[in-house]
Amino acid sequence: MRADTDTIDEFVASDYKYGFVTDIESESIKPGLGEETVRFISAKKNEPEWLLEWRLKALRCWEKLECPTWPHVDYPPVDFQDISYYSAPKKKGDGPKSLDEVDPKLLETYEKLGVPLHERARLAGVAVDAVFDSESIGTTFKEDLAKAGVIFCSISEAVQEYPELVKKHLGTVVPYTDNFYATLNSAVFSDGSFVYIPKGTRCPMELSTYFRINAANTGQFERTLIIAEEGSHVSYLEGCTAPMRDENQLHAAVVELIALDNAEIKYSTVQNWYPGDEQGRGGIYNFVTKRGLCKTSAKISWTQVETGSAITWKYPSVILKGDNSTGEFYSVALTNNMQQADTGTKMVHLGKNTRSTIVSKGISAGRGQNSYRGLVQVGKKATNARNFSQCDSLLIGDQCGAHTFPYIEAKNPSANIEHEATTSKIGEDQIFYCNQRGLETQDAVNMIVNGFCKEVFRELPMEFAMEAQKLLDVSLEGSVG
Amino acid sequence: MLQIKNLQAGIEDKPILKGIDLSVNAGEVHAIMGPNGSGKSTLASVLAGRDGFDVTGGKALYNGNDLLDLAPEERAREGVFLAFQYPVEIPGVNSTYFLRSAVNAVRTHRGEEELDAMNFLKAVKVKMKELGLGEDFLKRPVNAGFSGGEKKRNEILQMTMLDPRLAILDETDSGLDIDALRIVADGVNRLRRDDNAQVVITHYQRLLDYIVPDFVHVLNDGCIIKSGDKSLALELEEKGYDWLIKEAA
Repeated sequence: MRADTDTIDEFVASDYKYGFVTDIESESIKPGLGEETVRFISAKKNEPEWLLEWRLKALRCWEKLECPTWPHVDYPPVDFQDISYYSAPKKKGDGPKSLDEVDPKLLETYEKLGVPLHERARLAGVAVDAVFDSESIGTTFKEDLAKAGVIFCSISEAVQEYPELVKKHLGTVVPYTDNFYATLNSAVFSDGSFVYIPKGTRCPMELSTYFRINAANTGQFERTLIIAEEGSHVSYLEGCTAPMRDENQLHAAVVELIALDNAEIKYSTVQNWYPGDEQGRGGIYNFVTKRGLCKTSAKISWTQVETGSAITWKYPSVILKGDNSTGEFYSVALTNNMQQADTGTKMVHLGKNTRSTIVSKGISAGRGQNSYRGLVQVGKKATNARNFSQCDSLLIGDQCGAHTFPYIEAKNPSANIEHEATTSKIGEDQIFYCNQRGLETQDAVNMIVNGFCKEVFRELPMEFAMEAQKLLDVSLEGSVG
Repeated sequence: MLQIKNLQAGIEDKPILKGIDLSVNAGEVHAIMGPNGSGKSTLASVLAGRDGFDVTGGKALYNGNDLLDLAPEERAREGVFLAFQYPVEIPGVNSTYFLRSAVNAVRTHRGEEELDAMNFLKAVKVKMKELGLGEDFLKRPVNAGFSGGEKKRNEILQMTMLDPRLAILDETDSGLDIDALRIVADGVNRLRRDDNAQVVITHYQRLLDYIVPDFVHVLNDGCIIKSGDKSLALELEEKGYDWLIKEAA
């Protein structure tokens, strides 16, 4: 019964419910980006010389790059000198050594977000790394994971504890020269998660990172690196929220996945950054580079549910380098009010008998603009590569837009590439049919939208599939008059 | 149960219904017949509250209350059911989920407890058997890819599960072969009780061999031009509509 009441409350409260601000003393650097900024961040994290050098190379490279203009999104130019590149909750002394020493206000924040970190209320079977602005504030279940040989910690900690692993893999999938935002991230990344699954190990629980932007006028630049050794398996989920503010905030993350022979990585995202208000004031600019590398017979699967952000620009990709490797991309992207999304994937087939599947579901409501952009590339040596793409768009109302930009480049004649696309509109006749059976219009819309997204939701870990469905319902609140 | 008085309605500026008077009491079955374009489906749409029709005059009282004042979903919850002439496809939405949500919306409105998945399945499977629907039916999306006959049987299944007070069947017989017609008619007949009523809109008297009406009304150019008992339907079958239209003119 209680669960029912909660759901009703969520329906009634159409506001962004994660929009609160945690009142905490934090240490931020002045806005601006230059060598000093990079040196400051690196020193703050007590980084080895090689990493500082790497960051500086990225910075020099970035200074020569132009902000990309090809995405189908529209926003005023970002002043990169007007952003603070580091903000973290102030620490006493050396900072907390364990979660017990973390500022209770921070713990409370995560509790409010539905991600309790302290031992008695933790989500069963899910280990969480909590990243607050530029810092990871703690990771749960670390000891349990260590018993299985799994390393799950913040990337700053990994740089200190496992420098060889970080040095070997960082930037191997997304080099610091990759693109404007990834290069920026390489220069100023602050925190993020690090995962290492040893050979032949099946990670005993779901791993997840919860990203929270709190401070005003700052950007979040997290960097995540996941390494799955031969024959290992891991499922990882990230969640994101931010306070409601009138200014736009920048989030430029990089995620690198490395799946060695016969390994499998399943990476799920439930992105609910503050989307801005109905007039399009405020909201997060979400410019993210995510890419995975598959060795022989490895598999990487991206699942994303993108409901937040004023602008989303991301293309989680898979490089199918090894023979018989598999890449998957399942996406639900919703744009309501003034939100804009240009999202999709790249599947790069290099090895023989490589397979990829793309299922993209774009939903546009209000004045939202939703674009799918995808590239399927088959290299010369990639014999018998197969791809199946399905891109469906659903329109709610008549002021929104859906766009599809599929690119196919096949250099091997044996490639088998299938592309299916549909665009549909929630019809008045469908709504009336539901009404005539006693259902409210909003419930009818939610039912149709959830039905539309089913193929993607079933790829999410069970606990999060429900969450994603509810999130979609709330995000569509008021989308029909 | 339903009192329609001088009801006038149309689409945009085009009048379609030009003064309908009709009284339906509990326990009765009324058949509405008439040539194409006479306003039969418009009457059904207006009573169910479909968007796009403007009521320009008259009224419709349902159990003494103004029916036209209610939102479509409120009418449905109050027990008004429309079996669609063209049932709408809803891809992706599972039939079981759809029907259970509808049943529970109506039950909640009536102050009854919601049916849980188990009890709902038990109940629906009995009804499906009566309508000759296979169990895979429940796993399929609502009406998506259904044959014409399956769609119509689905309407009757929904009607049976929702147990309406006033059921309006809009050309449910169109596109059905004789066996399907008999199954659909049996479904309607099983629902007949002293406390509910059916309005059956049809083009052909054939359906009325199976669903025997208490009253038959002939609709032409937005007005009921003749009412009678079931023998009127047989007369129409024999002589067509023309003589009546001429007589009314």
